Amino acid sequence: MSKTLFDKVWDTHVVRKIEGGPDVLFIDRHLIHEVTSPVAFLGLKSRGIKVLYPERTFATADHNTPTINQHLPVADPLSANQLKALESNSNEYGISHWGLGHQKNGIVHVVGPEYGITQPGATIVCGDSHTSTHGAFGAIAFGIGTSEVEMVLSTQCIMQPKPKKMRINVNGKLGVGVTPKDVALFIISQLTTSGATGYFVEYAGDVFENMSMEGRMTVCNLSIEMGARGGMIAPDETTINYVKGREFSPKGEAWDKALAYYKTLKTDPDAVFDKELTFDGATIEPMITYGTNPGMGMGISHDIPDAAHVEGGAATYAKSLDYMGFHEGDSMIGKKVDFVFVGSCTNGRIEDFRAFTSIVKGRHKADDVTVWLVPGSHIVESQIKDEGLLDILTEAGFTLRQPGCSACLAMNDDKIPAGKYAVSTSNRNFEGRQGPGSRTMLASPLVAAAAAVTGVVTDPRTLIEELV
Amino acid sequence: MAYDKFNILRSTAVPLPIENIDTDQLIPARFLKATERVGFGDNLFRDWRYNPDNSPKKDFVLNNPIYSGKILVGGKNFGSGSSREHAAWAVYDYGFRCVISSFFADIFKNNCLNIGVLPVQVSPEFAEKIFTAIHADPKTELEVNLPEQTVTLLATGEKETFEISTYKKDNMMNGFDDIDYLQSIKPEIEEFALHLPL
Repeated sequence: MSKTLFDKVWDTHVVRKIEGGPDVLFIDRHLIHEVTSPVAFLGLKSRGIKVLYPERTFATADHNTPTINQHLPVADPLSANQLKALESNSNEYGISHWGLGHQKNGIVHVVGPEYGITQPGATIVCGDSHTSTHGAFGAIAFGIGTSEVEMVLSTQCIMQPKPKKMRINVNGKLGVGVTPKDVALFIISQLTTSGATGYFVEYAGDVFENMSMEGRMTVCNLSIEMGARGGMIAPDETTINYVKGREFSPKGEAWDKALAYYKTLKTDPDAVFDKELTFDGATIEPMITYGTNPGMGMGISHDIPDAAHVEGGAATYAKSLDYMGFHEGDSMIGKKVDFVFVGSCTNGRIEDFRAFTSIVKGRHKADDVTVWLVPGSHIVESQIKDEGLLDILTEAGFTLRQPGCSACLAMNDDKIPAGKYAVSTSNRNFEGRQGPGSRTMLASPLVAAAAAVTGVVTDPRTLIEELV
Repeated sequence: MAYDKFNILRSTAVPLPIENIDTDQLIPARFLKATERVGFGDNLFRDWRYNPDNSPKKDFVLNNPIYSGKILVGGKNFGSGSSREHAAWAVYDYGFRCVISSFFADIFKNNCLNIGVLPVQVSPEFAEKIFTAIHADPKTELEVNLPEQTVTLLATGEKETFEISTYKKDNMMNGFDDIDYLQSIKPEIEEFALHLPL
């Protein structure tokens, strides 16, 4: 029977099917961080059970970590306590722990791929909804709750009903200044934040085939923002070249065996999806959000739509615009920007900093904008330095912070103050997401850069040299 | 973690007819720093419920004494966003045992089922009926009957059925959790692990 890529990976990992219930799904790789794991470990302790396969779980601290002065003790006692709990739990159960100060420390969805923990055709979970990132490699990867973290620790399995399958095709040539982030925000704007709920998405078409692994990770990362459990892209030469030789990638004979498996990982030509959508990549503009969920996005040159033209109730829409301080019919171009945040598991990789630097090179940071540039890992941080980007950024008036989730969810001190506007390359513009009362506009690193040098929302295409 | 068994729940309900209620509203990230599952109910809807100076916002439904009960009725796409189980913990810890909506986000729904909060998905029309009934009379009682898989507006007898898998229903009615089940098939899992492609 013909199968989709998703079917192939899922079916390979089903330990048992329960009549009238979920599948018992085996998990190859489990990533944990300080926020969603402590209660799972408490559960293990109270039940008196061990971690079944500690070598399949990896711990990194990221949500709660400071992004300056990481050599100093963490000042917030609650954060420090959580970081300490991750360390002591990892040590007690024999789990690799990449805590603050460790060379491999960084955002869980950035370091996982960098060290080869992420493999094509694997099942990967983490107590974090952006685990969908790893689907870029043709893995089934999704976020889980803490009860499920405990399940994976204790039995390496979770119980999941098999989701429905959706394929999203995007073909055509992307315009100048249009990045993978824009492709993802465009798709979400078309589907809304619940349009893919109940589905697992496969992204197909030449737009994704032509993307780097970094770009594919950005796209798959945002799958959850349209409600999908996850998103995945069939592995190809780009994928295999990225994975090969990384620290935790298979080696020698194991690599040959893995490679044979990777090559089976594609949707059969006549396989059927529950839903299939196709978009023309050439129609996508640089995107920006104007509301309080990631589905409220539009091409940067458009005006904020009327309630009559958006899905959902008028009252909820009015509440959202009121929170943002925006009005129907407003243009986004020229809106005041107080903060710019570049980073997160969505856009905290080297390509994102290359993109940001390409715009700010030879320009200068606008005086009244605060800019936080936060690499996703120490590898990204080193790349920024080694490629000479840091020199350009410094010249333009920017500084680089240290790796972590930072202002994406503002659990540490990197909070956007109440009422202030931020252009952020992260993934959520929910009310208060970046700090109580903060107002977030999601966009690509290019749009972030254009705002950083002008102090207002600016179409990056007006700053790209080729077009001038 | 064991939780109370769920059978038939009769209660008044708290209406929150806002769409896309996300996990950052249910429990803002700055309240995720605990290492134990205690006190999350205090911060349920923190920023909708309290002013920055911690005084209650009078116009928010949880601060309105005429509305109360063990059932929360939310707008479409309830629980979107993060996988934080803390959002479901906050709902449970506040005292809700059931959330009714015309549509739920996947992970939140799963998390609820894993901790003993029953997510009940009804049609948009029935959700509207419930909102209208509660707004007309805050003492309106609902009956959520898990064995029968029905939700009923007791005043009028109007009812609708809802879906839940046989497995999860059995778990909720008996207070079992998935870890008990998985532990019981551990030898099968260990055997399975010997034959993986990676």
